[in-house]
Amino acid sequence: MVDQQMVLYEEEFRKISAVCERLTREANAKAVLLVDKNGQFITSHGEVENLDTTSLASLTAGNYAATSGLAKLIGEKEFPNVFHEGEKDNLHLSIVAQRAILVVMFDARSSLGLVRLRVKKSSEELTQIFNAIVQKAQTQAQASPFGEITDDDIDNLFS
Amino acid sequence: MSFINYSSREINCKIVYYGPGLCGKTTNLQHIYNKTNPEAKGKMISLATETERTLFFDFLPLSLGEIRGFKTRFHLYTVPGQVFYDASRKLILKGVDGVVFVADSQVERMEANLESMENLRTNLAEQGYDLDKIPFVVQYNKRDLPNAASMEELRRLLNPRQVPDFEAAATVGTGVFDTLKAIAKLVLIELKKGG
Repeated sequence: MVDQQMVLYEEEFRKISAVCERLTREANAKAVLLVDKNGQFITSHGEVENLDTTSLASLTAGNYAATSGLAKLIGEKEFPNVFHEGEKDNLHLSIVAQRAILVVMFDARSSLGLVRLRVKKSSEELTQIFNAIVQKAQTQAQASPFGEITDDDIDNLFS
Repeated sequence: MSFINYSSREINCKIVYYGPGLCGKTTNLQHIYNKTNPEAKGKMISLATETERTLFFDFLPLSLGEIRGFKTRFHLYTVPGQVFYDASRKLILKGVDGVVFVADSQVERMEANLESMENLRTNLAEQGYDLDKIPFVVQYNKRDLPNAASMEELRRLLNPRQVPDFEAAATVGTGVFDTLKAIAKLVLIELKKGG
């Protein structure tokens, strides 16, 4: 089945940002990013000024998709947590609510054990928020901001 | 599947360039990258082999400007064209909003075009999409080569649905932006319908 279009409103966005902010702090992480499984960047917290978050989101999604493909090949549903170890920096990826990927970037100031522990708690909170987003989309037929765009609006983009 | 973010007032859409091996999908993206203002584009990522064949995907984020106060961002992806990379192609089609089929106009590549088109239809169906219903355009690339097949034949075989189609020579840029504009427009029209 085709996934529904994802619409993120201010209220849920603030809640998601707050969870990422706390996770950064509690896990002693350098940065925390949340990306959509299809490669769209959602939000980030921490040391991201010098990070190309758009590329990171796209590559994370590609990486995760490939890893899930591998899991299926060996009879697993998916690998819900993936860890990449570098010389200084490490990445911990985990799937949230079946539709987003929580990325934690950390160095020697933290540890894999601490990150895994904190990610578990944050994942539960994020899952609740994402469930609420889906419910909202189903119960309230929100008017799309694009319902009223005209052909001229679209043409103007290319002029 | 587009992503509308009210907080950052952004709308993100995903466009995938599909087609047989060496038809010019990556060349399309490279031309777009080279001819776009630095402020409108992000970094282009190519996951390629040592011989510059696409291994997983190419990725290019583009900003087209604003509609009704929302920034429109398009994420352009290519798939690896070689037949044996089918598992990777399926992954890249996830969450797609629009597809560009890049055909290789050379007579001897007709079979490969048809096979790739059929593969696109199958892989989209696996994700729950119908090729006849999603935003879709066809580009006939390599029109500048002497062994290019006639447009009549290409159209008959590859575009029976008569979606917007374009002649191109991606190495020199002919037709590349016309193709991009056409698919972006179809995606936005679809978005409008959805609202």
